[in-house]
Amino acid sequence: MYATTYAKAKDVADAVSQLKGADEGKLLAGGQTLIPTLKQRLASSDCLIDLSDAGLSGISDEGGSIRIGAMTRHVEVETSEMVKKAIPALAALASGIGDRQVRNCGTIGGSVANNDPSACYPSALLALGATVHTDRRDIAAGDYFTGMFETALDEDEVITAVSFPKPEAASYVKFPNPASRYAMVGVFVAKTSSGVAVAVTGAGQDGVFRHGGLEAALNSSFSAESIDSVAVDDSVLMSDMHASADYRAHLITQMTKRAVAAC
Amino acid sequence: MALVKMTVNGQAVEYDVPDNTLLVSFIRETLELTGTHVGCDTSQCGACVVHVDGQSVKACTMLAAQAAGSEITTIEGIANGDELHPMQKAFHENHGLQCGYCTPGMVMSAIELVEKNKGLTEQQIREGLEGNICRCTGYHNIVKSVQAAAQEMGG
Repeated sequence: MYATTYAKAKDVADAVSQLKGADEGKLLAGGQTLIPTLKQRLASSDCLIDLSDAGLSGISDEGGSIRIGAMTRHVEVETSEMVKKAIPALAALASGIGDRQVRNCGTIGGSVANNDPSACYPSALLALGATVHTDRRDIAAGDYFTGMFETALDEDEVITAVSFPKPEAASYVKFPNPASRYAMVGVFVAKTSSGVAVAVTGAGQDGVFRHGGLEAALNSSFSAESIDSVAVDDSVLMSDMHASADYRAHLITQMTKRAVAAC
Repeated sequence: MALVKMTVNGQAVEYDVPDNTLLVSFIRETLELTGTHVGCDTSQCGACVVHVDGQSVKACTMLAAQAAGSEITTIEGIANGDELHPMQKAFHENHGLQCGYCTPGMVMSAIELVEKNKGLTEQQIREGLEGNICRCTGYHNIVKSVQAAAQEMGG
């Protein structure tokens, strides 16, 4: 790892001011992506600003939604009785991220800020119509994810929490890469009062996306069979050493069927 | 430089180290506790797992400064004098290791897994050890060891 400095932010305002004062400051959340990236010198930073003492942890029931603080660790979402009751698919998603050690450290804010094209959480945000709260505004999930590792966040903007509206039913099924446990394809299906949403992670060349064709079929008939006739266009999907675009397209159909069956 | 104060295996320690020092380097090189291993450079293998405030953590994926103020337990801190921890004993009795390189991390992960989960099935043990890679055993005897230790530990 290149030389860097480390400082804890005492609150969100302090984190923003430290970020503004650094040349290439980076926020340190759970560190489960950032530290491996720094170790391999794939990234560098003159200033790591640790958010662990900034008061951003915790889960609360806001009535129609569940609000999860940005520094809430995956293990807390996985084991939260509140999440398990209101949005069990979200607790199940958290329980499948990485491994136990990653879940003991990794945070929802870190995952959402990084927007890895194979991360699990972005699919939940998109399908459930979540809101990303930052130090300065609220961003609808549909406007937030703007491309692979790209988000609508400003350079010095800090995510403070994510709110998930409670769905009527939801399910997340992923086909994990056998080595990394990242999703080769992950599909989050949510049924809400405004219809069915299907969000796909691990597959899109531009990161997480909603699939209109699958949603239309499921809105007319919510059953695994109803998507048999839906074509999944593989020209917008990733093709890499792990899977071809064609195979990912097949996995999208199969994971969607499994998710619908589990709803 | 960061002044890092923490408790390691019950002993208070305090050292000034560069800010980019990983917890695993602090443990191995500064404290000279070399039971915690480094098996990869990619945060995948789990040979470096220690407990930070009772949670299993990959010590290669945390800065020493992040762990300041914490209670750390390493593989050196789990036996009671000459009496092995039940998990160590179970690995010994069930041939849960061959070369032994991954064993400190396996043992530390397995202890947390068993302490936090009662009535673990074989499948849950296998999933619980997902963050630890062993290239010798095929995992079979590791799982047997954890099952035996879970009995002993009241899990």
